[in-house]
Amino acid sequence: MEILIAIGILGSLGLIFGLILSAASKVFYVETDPRLDQLNECLPGANCGGCGYPGCSGYAEAVLSGEAPIGKCASGGNECAQAMAAIMGVKAVEVTRKVALVRCSGAKQYDKDGNLTSGAKVKGNYEGFKDCLAASRVGGSGPLSCKFGCLGYGSCTKVCKYGAIKVVNGVAQVDEDLCVGCMACAAVCPRNLIVPVEPNRNVVIACASLAKGAATTRACTIGCIGCGLCKKICPQDAITIENNLARIDYSKCDNCGLCATVCPKKLIKDSKVETLGDPMAQPVNGPSV
Amino acid sequence: MEAILGILISALLSENFILVKFYGICPFMGVSKKIDTALGMGMAVTFVMALASAACYGINLILVALNLEYMQTVVFILAIASIVQVVEMFLKKSVPALYKALGVYLPLITTNCAVLGVVLVNVQEGYNFLLSVVNGAAGGLGFTLAIVLFASVRERVNKADCPECFRGFPIALITAGLLALAFMGFSGLSIF
Repeated sequence: MEILIAIGILGSLGLIFGLILSAASKVFYVETDPRLDQLNECLPGANCGGCGYPGCSGYAEAVLSGEAPIGKCASGGNECAQAMAAIMGVKAVEVTRKVALVRCSGAKQYDKDGNLTSGAKVKGNYEGFKDCLAASRVGGSGPLSCKFGCLGYGSCTKVCKYGAIKVVNGVAQVDEDLCVGCMACAAVCPRNLIVPVEPNRNVVIACASLAKGAATTRACTIGCIGCGLCKKICPQDAITIENNLARIDYSKCDNCGLCATVCPKKLIKDSKVETLGDPMAQPVNGPSV
Repeated sequence: MEAILGILISALLSENFILVKFYGICPFMGVSKKIDTALGMGMAVTFVMALASAACYGINLILVALNLEYMQTVVFILAIASIVQVVEMFLKKSVPALYKALGVYLPLITTNCAVLGVVLVNVQEGYNFLLSVVNGAAGGLGFTLAIVLFASVRERVNKADCPECFRGFPIALITAGLLALAFMGFSGLSIF
């Protein structure tokens, strides 16, 4: 008998609380914008933070409140931007896909005796914490002779959520098929080597050395010495030499690839002849100087 | 009057739920990164504790009348869970900023043992309705005091240059330990 009373009391208490809760859910009902869920569905859900908001739902909320523009999601690309624009009832601009580029060609190659045949020279053996920022602070400018080159301790590899960046022969390389262009790697690179470029289109300058020609040559076999041969041959006047480093103005560049053929250090990469991000690949036409 | 003052002193200081009895450590560690959210959490817990004390006093009368005291824990958990749900809905509707700041820790008040603890203490001590509610509110205020003190220490510790291996939770746990040690100084404190 007692057990029946217990069951009855507990059951009726549960029923009362249930009724109170269902009444409260009616009284305190909050209307949410149905577009928020739709926006969330458009986004890739990778929470890479490339847009500058805390995760995909943060960005969706910012778009809904009109605080953020559509098309900031590098991972979703054009498809995502158009879908979001359709939900918000606005027209989105075409978003071109960008991928990360590591502006360093100093991948180290050794002959069988252990002598450096090409790439950046090493000042000393760094045996500390395997992190680029830590390594860059050792001994003034890190273990590399080049003050601007890739240290190769893989800080970018650690932050990449897509497995698109790997260190090969001491220099980070981007796999363009996997890279979504969130640029999380750029934020952690202590040497600011990583920049966004359009994949399979650009001629790029894969070096960031601002040192004078002689110093660059001493530090690395594949460094931009600012010789200006590329500038002279460029039919579009798209190349400028600034602080001993060649730069391409992409609003003028028509991707003819002439600069890549004349570069004596072979650090200008033309994606028509080789894959971006493979610093060791030689141009097919070879230098014609 | 004296009883109320005694309860206030003991719940706030000498029998502080977090730092002396070690109840409700989960939100204490989780929501104490910023003073603002810590204060919000403290207020929410205070509110829930007072409400739970009042509701459970009534429920306990029914249980005692039917000789079902052994069901206290189960029934109290049920009541607390329902109250937390209602508070959650209320906050979502009227204070969305606080609702967002509290995040996942708000539903966690459901399983916050400090709330269940205060209700069971009320029953054990045989407090009447007024004293139960006062004990609940004072317990919640004690929680608020502890979490706000802790959050303000943590805000400073986060900016301090502490060794890499201690950053984050390790130093927070050490801080909590020192704070608890400080509160042990109140033990044995009785005015009347």
